[in-house]
Amino acid sequence: MKALVWHGKEDIRCDTVTDPEIQEPRDAIIKVTSCAICGSDLHLFHNFIPGMLPGDIMGHETMGEVVEVGSGVDGKLKKGDRVVIPFTIICGECDQCKRGNFSVCETTNRKRYLAERVFGHTTGGLFGYTHLTGGYPGGQAEYLRVPYADTTHIKVPPGIPDEQLLFLSDVFPTGWQAAVQCDIEPTDTVAIWGCGPVGQMAIRSAILLGANQVIAIDCLPERLSMAEAGGATTINFESESVVERLNELTDGRGPDKCIDCAGMESHVMASQPDTLLDRAKQMVMLESDRPHVLREMIYVCRPGGIISVPGVYSGFSDKLPMGAFMNKGLTMRTGQTHVNRWTDDLLRRIEEGEIDPSFVITHTVPLSDGPEMYQVFRDKRDSCIKVVLKP
Amino acid sequence: MFHFSNIVRTKGDPKIVEGGPSLKRPEDQLARALGWFSIGLGVVEFLAPRRLTETLGMEGSETLVRAFGLREIVAGIMSLSVDKNAGLWARVGGDGLDAAALLSGLTADNPKKGNIALALLMVGGIAALDYRAAQNTKPLRPARDARRKLYPNRSGYPRGIEGARSAARQIALAMKSKS
Repeated sequence: MKALVWHGKEDIRCDTVTDPEIQEPRDAIIKVTSCAICGSDLHLFHNFIPGMLPGDIMGHETMGEVVEVGSGVDGKLKKGDRVVIPFTIICGECDQCKRGNFSVCETTNRKRYLAERVFGHTTGGLFGYTHLTGGYPGGQAEYLRVPYADTTHIKVPPGIPDEQLLFLSDVFPTGWQAAVQCDIEPTDTVAIWGCGPVGQMAIRSAILLGANQVIAIDCLPERLSMAEAGGATTINFESESVVERLNELTDGRGPDKCIDCAGMESHVMASQPDTLLDRAKQMVMLESDRPHVLREMIYVCRPGGIISVPGVYSGFSDKLPMGAFMNKGLTMRTGQTHVNRWTDDLLRRIEEGEIDPSFVITHTVPLSDGPEMYQVFRDKRDSCIKVVLKP
Repeated sequence: MFHFSNIVRTKGDPKIVEGGPSLKRPEDQLARALGWFSIGLGVVEFLAPRRLTETLGMEGSETLVRAFGLREIVAGIMSLSVDKNAGLWARVGGDGLDAAALLSGLTADNPKKGNIALALLMVGGIAALDYRAAQNTKPLRPARDARRKLYPNRSGYPRGIEGARSAARQIALAMKSKS
């Protein structure tokens, strides 16, 4: 089969690889009908997340049709079922899964010894990601082996196009969880840094959860225009001061809730010296993350507020203002997304026409064009916001 | 190359049968080679400055050579990073400093001035490669004032934004009456 394979920093190729096979009784094989490039794939593309090996198949936003099931799937899936595959692999049986903390499933990380060393404890297995999370082959391919398939799937009905359902795998529940973690109240102002796909979903989620005002922060006109279409007031951080504008829009109180959808690769600007220092340190491997957004959120958030971090961080962040964080009594909530905790509700909202996540797609191309689209997406060429690949 | 990566695959995972084309351009390979060269040279300058100063007849400049070694290492790491363009321009600047330092040792009374001339020639050649690589690896991001497509009609709410807001209000009211 064809698959997008990681060969090193900025080197992803469309290779021919052997087809996946059933290895365990709870496995299933799906024929991929649509998959997407995620913002966090770019962190892997840049080799900022440790634990990738040449030969790893990329991709964790995937859907398709079941073509084979193992003997232990117990009728929960059958050949021909249409499924979206959550990026988190879940056993459904461990204590964390029972609590709904699916992304920290205690069972599915097949390289838990690495996670225990680096993170202190194991986290769940993820598709198409670092070996710290199991190094499972990803779904930017023609076929995907789904381990623990009896629990690791979202069954979706026929009649709804792939484009509306695909993002149940990651970006939609990720934006949703980011907003839910904010405990949004009807009087709240929610500020969202980063208007990439997760940021766009977080904007819509905050609106659907009843936020009074949503403010979106980015510098790219196409992203800001999409954020505005979703109901956000926008701030272009290249042409105005984020802190001043946020205080203006909240009568000096600061936003009640802040969401970081930018993560470890914050934009670098001469007017923000900390971003230059972070970039220099990241280049010479003295710091793994560029946490400018975290610093700004802590500084501007209303005392007693909540900071929600769906953006990916990989290792160590310097110069976080813990004094402000502590004295303002802020709460930080973060984590990889507990996808299956949210997908029943989100699928219902899609079916009822409350939201159509396909709004975010700007490019649809064959799988073989994937490597080039990584560059287009990375460089923000052609007003690219979200790429869907068709095997 | 992929045969090695197949060896370390977890048993049962797909293995590469035929490699696809790489997007790496010759200039990316050149940048990589220059990055490693920079680190190698930097290590030599940092660890064995006396040997270099003796070869060039510039005894007493060991501290300067050590500092240049550190500079080479940092520029090399930068050239191997995602921001290789910045690293390569740092190398071009460094080549200028190297040339200036060598020229200062090119005096009539230096018995090793032949070696300095040779070193200057090498610095010139490397500088040309550095400059070429820096020119060819400029980031491909569109210019700030480039024409961009905008998406003002992509709300994502099939029933419109007011529909989304009123649904949220109804849920809030329902929750309030429940409590």
